[in-house]
Amino acid sequence: MDVTSPWDTVADVVSAVFLLCGAFLAFAAGVGVVRFPDLLARMHAATKPQVLGLILVLAGLSLRLRSWGAVATLLLVVIFQLLTSPVAAHMVGRAGYRTGKIGEDALVLDELTRDQDAAEREDSGEHEPGR
Amino acid sequence: MSDTVYLVVVIGCAVLLAAAASLAIVRAERGPSMLDRTIALDVFTTTLVGAIALEAALSRRTDTIPILVVLSLVGFVGSVTIARFASVEPEDEGRIRTAEEVAAEDAARREAEEADRDAAVDPEHHGAAPEGEVR
Repeated sequence: MDVTSPWDTVADVVSAVFLLCGAFLAFAAGVGVVRFPDLLARMHAATKPQVLGLILVLAGLSLRLRSWGAVATLLLVVIFQLLTSPVAAHMVGRAGYRTGKIGEDALVLDELTRDQDAAEREDSGEHEPGR
Repeated sequence: MSDTVYLVVVIGCAVLLAAAASLAIVRAERGPSMLDRTIALDVFTTTLVGAIALEAALSRRTDTIPILVVLSLVGFVGSVTIARFASVEPEDEGRIRTAEEVAAEDAARREAEEADRDAAVDPEHHGAAPEGEVR
C-alpha cells in the first residue's frame, strides 16, 4: 500500500485495541483457571476468552485484513464457537455434578438437586401437595 | 498506524497469550480431576486460536484462517468426549505407579494370559485328528 488513507490508520488502531483486549481476556482466563478453587469457578473463568475474547480478536483481525472473504470465514468461526461452547460447558458441568466434583457448600442456590429430589419423590409415588 | 507501532502491540499481545497458555498448562498438569484438565485445554485451544489470529493480523495473511475454523471445532469435540466418557475416574488412577507395582501388574497379566491359553487347549485331544476325518 503506497497511499494510506486515514481510514486505514483508524482501522489499524481499532484492530490493535481489539487484539489487546482479546489477549488480555485470554490472560485473565489463564490466571483464573490457575487460581480459582473449584471446577465451576474455573469454568466461569475459562468462558471469557472463548466467546468475548474470540470475538474481539477476530474483529481485530478482520479490521486488519479488510477483505470480505476473510470476514465471512471469521464470522463462521464465531458462529461455530457460539454454538459449541455452551454445549461443551454444559457437558463438563453435568459430568462434574454427576461425579460429585461440585461441593454443596460452594453453591448459593442448588436448583438441580432440589429438582432431582422432587422428580425422585414423584417417581416413587409421593406427590407434593400444591404442585 | 505505522508498522512498528503495530508490531509493538502484537508483541504485547503475544506476551499475554503466552502467559495465558502457560497458566493453562500449569492447570492441566495440576488439575485434580479430568474435567479441570479439559477446561485448561479449552483455554489453551482458545489461546492458540488467538495466537494464530495475531500472526495473521501482523502479516496480513488470510491463508491461516481455515486453521481457526478447524481449531474451534476440534476443541469442542475433545471436551465433549472427555466429559461424556472419561470423567468418571477410579480413585487412584491419577497416581503414577512405581516400577515394582508395574512389574507386579505385568506378571499378573501375563500369568492370566497363559492360563487362558492353557485352558483353551484340551490336553486329551491335543494333536489328534478330528473325528471322521478321511486321509
